[in-house]
Amino acid sequence: MADATAHDGHDHKPYHGWVRWVYSTNHKDIGTLYLIFAIMAGIIGGALSVAIRMELQEPGIQIFSGLAQMVYGMNGDAAIDGGKSMYNAFATAHALIMIFFMVMPALIGGFANWMVPIMIGAPDMAFPRMNNISFWLLPPAFILLLTSMFMPSAPGAFGVGGGWTLYPPLSTSGQPGPAMDLAILSIHIAGASSILGAINFITTIFNMRAPGMTLHKMPLFAWSVLVTAFLLLLSLPVLAGGITMLLTDRNFGTTFFAPDGGGDPILFQHLFWFFGHPEVYILILPGFGIISHVISTFSKKPVFGYLGMAYAMVAIGAVGFIVWAHHMYTTGLSLDTQRYFVFATMVIAVPTGVKIFSWIATMWGGSISFKTPMLWALGFIFLFTIGGVTGVQLANAGLDRSLHDTYFVIAHFHYVLSLGAVFAIFAGWYYWFPKMTGYMYSPVIANTHFWVTFVGVNLIFFPQHFLGLAGMPRRTIDYPDAFAGWNYVSSIGSYISSVGVLIFLYCVFEAFQKKRVAGANPWGEGATTLEWQLPSPPPFHQWEQLPKIK
Amino acid sequence: MRAMRNFLANAKVPASAKFLSACAAVTFFAGTSAHADQPKDWETTFQAPATDMMRQIEWFGNYTMWFIVPITILVLLLLAYCIVRFRASANPVPSKTSHNTLIEVIWTVGPVVILLCLAIPSFQLLTAQYTPPEEAKLTVKATGNQWNWDYEYQTENTLSFNSAILQDTDRAAAGKEDRKEYPRLLAVDNELVVPVNTMTRVLVTATDVIHSFAMPSFGIKIDAVPGRTNETWFKAEKEGLYYGQCSQLCGKDHAFMPIAIRVVSDAQFKTWLAAAKTDLPGANKTLMAAVDGQNKVAAAGN
Repeated sequence: MADATAHDGHDHKPYHGWVRWVYSTNHKDIGTLYLIFAIMAGIIGGALSVAIRMELQEPGIQIFSGLAQMVYGMNGDAAIDGGKSMYNAFATAHALIMIFFMVMPALIGGFANWMVPIMIGAPDMAFPRMNNISFWLLPPAFILLLTSMFMPSAPGAFGVGGGWTLYPPLSTSGQPGPAMDLAILSIHIAGASSILGAINFITTIFNMRAPGMTLHKMPLFAWSVLVTAFLLLLSLPVLAGGITMLLTDRNFGTTFFAPDGGGDPILFQHLFWFFGHPEVYILILPGFGIISHVISTFSKKPVFGYLGMAYAMVAIGAVGFIVWAHHMYTTGLSLDTQRYFVFATMVIAVPTGVKIFSWIATMWGGSISFKTPMLWALGFIFLFTIGGVTGVQLANAGLDRSLHDTYFVIAHFHYVLSLGAVFAIFAGWYYWFPKMTGYMYSPVIANTHFWVTFVGVNLIFFPQHFLGLAGMPRRTIDYPDAFAGWNYVSSIGSYISSVGVLIFLYCVFEAFQKKRVAGANPWGEGATTLEWQLPSPPPFHQWEQLPKIK
Repeated sequence: MRAMRNFLANAKVPASAKFLSACAAVTFFAGTSAHADQPKDWETTFQAPATDMMRQIEWFGNYTMWFIVPITILVLLLLAYCIVRFRASANPVPSKTSHNTLIEVIWTVGPVVILLCLAIPSFQLLTAQYTPPEEAKLTVKATGNQWNWDYEYQTENTLSFNSAILQDTDRAAAGKEDRKEYPRLLAVDNELVVPVNTMTRVLVTATDVIHSFAMPSFGIKIDAVPGRTNETWFKAEKEGLYYGQCSQLCGKDHAFMPIAIRVVSDAQFKTWLAAAKTDLPGANKTLMAAVDGQNKVAAAGN
């Protein structure tokens, strides 16, 4: 850059202390910040979900009236009412935190920031300062969302209780207090952060590949991030528009979504899901990329059907934009509209199937070692398949009539996200941890983390299919007594999974304490991408001599 | 089209039902019982259908299981085979294969064929849901409020009343102390009463925020959106008391706005409708007594 003299010196060594992190323009430092942020947000979002499962462990209201008493100082009936609203606020915050402040920062901000420049042979991201602001927009956004939980919303209630989908009129006239405005602002800022990140990734990947690194030779993780960045760039502005209209409906007397002024509440749902459906692919596509690398590395084989894998992601991304109203089958869409969205949604199963079978074919004939990242990847393939086939069921509007807004849907999307995206995040974590830190974790502790989590999350979410079939609606603080059995099992699963989180944290702590040196490539001949040619951790600036790709 | 759908529905129900109950028996503790008009303990499947439409939905749900269960098992078996056969100790030298056009075509075309097999009955089901077989004989308007429902019978002299969750303190007065028949969170003060085997149209809207009118054993769910009127229909085949719940997050008491529909004989309905216009609680009690008496006779007859 022109102002290189403003740095400490021409050797581009890092600043010291907090300045290194706050002023950082280094993609690896920013990636680390993102990962730490995602872990902290994940712990908070996870704690909210454990509170939800504690509440649902038995019929009746268990903990939320007590929590409302403790946190908001309410008493008697006000505490019961406040507790009911608090439950909705917890469920809403859990979703928003896990999506915007855990999965996206971990996969895109964290792993993609760290690994994409290295993998394509670039010294850094295209716009290092924009990278800095992409990250530093997130903490204020997160603080705004957390603050909203303590602000008034509906009368006698605190926190945004409209669900992460923010459907009006519940998010406009239904909750007049400032909590919703803070949450909308939080999503605006987090969205801006993601759009800036997306611009950065697209520019980096298109312009900064090393000589010989053609798009068709680029590692699949970089492909997945490229597709994800386009989804972000095209879908987030629509969300921003939608929630801006919410904001003006709330504060400036517009009636975009208010029928008494000629507006339409369903319009918001179209805008929201035009963002919301690509968003779920934004959450899973980088995971697809990670799984491809892990499977290939530990099978000691190149990825099977590389081009098919890359273009399957492009296809999923493209088709992902034209299926949004399958979230709206019960809103009163016309028959022809529903027919179209059933058809379009089913099409997505084809490229997704290609990916699943190609991963298995990558393993086929390989020489597979079952290191920790591989365990997570194998778990991912199986559990994502379960979430995928229930998705095929839900795609059918006729069947969705019975399943929409029940726990069946909760089970489905947690199988693809909580057991899909999160398993991919942990696969990536255990795959790249030695590269990023230079230290090797204890495989025994890491494998224990996997097995405890695997058992826990399946116990949580598999019984929820049954609850949904039997008709249990989602987003309820209490349920008819007949649903008690499976809810109890589900809650036990939640406690087991939270033990898994503790094991994860100990695993990280233990690795830094023991300082086992990992070496440049702990995974052997199967690890062929460029990051394994660098020392662990990589130098502050890599590829000062651009690598040559054959 | 209709003939084929009916054929599918009639011919395949027994086979798929058997498959499902076999699955349920093997895998889980409990299957379905014959008379489920409200959720049951440890239930693993849909509530028992009370309309032909729900029977078609259930059939289609079971039909999809014939595809998705084998697919999941196939993926599991392939993974298991790879894990055993191609583990490093069993297969130290990896192959270098990374392309096989034939297999890639197969796993692209195969899913397309499976999706076609799913799509044809799926579109028939969807079409059937929007093609009521006959004109509606009764129209009821359901209006969602935070957190109760208004029902309006669009008959000669309109009858309208509010239906809210039954408070424990009102159980004795309403004669609804039997918690099996009137479960917590599902029982309401005034049920929606409809005649059996009668095509009923439901117009659904809301006054404040979005709610959703859902009745699992009828196979209906339609959002109640302020400013628009949605329409659905059902034709209940069996007398009894059916329960559903509001199915769109609507604020604090979303968990506490049940929907209860009492399906009675045509004669009982006419008597009730006439009396309800002047004295709703009285009409409800008379109806409950008539239904109870009828059930006792039926039990004695067995």
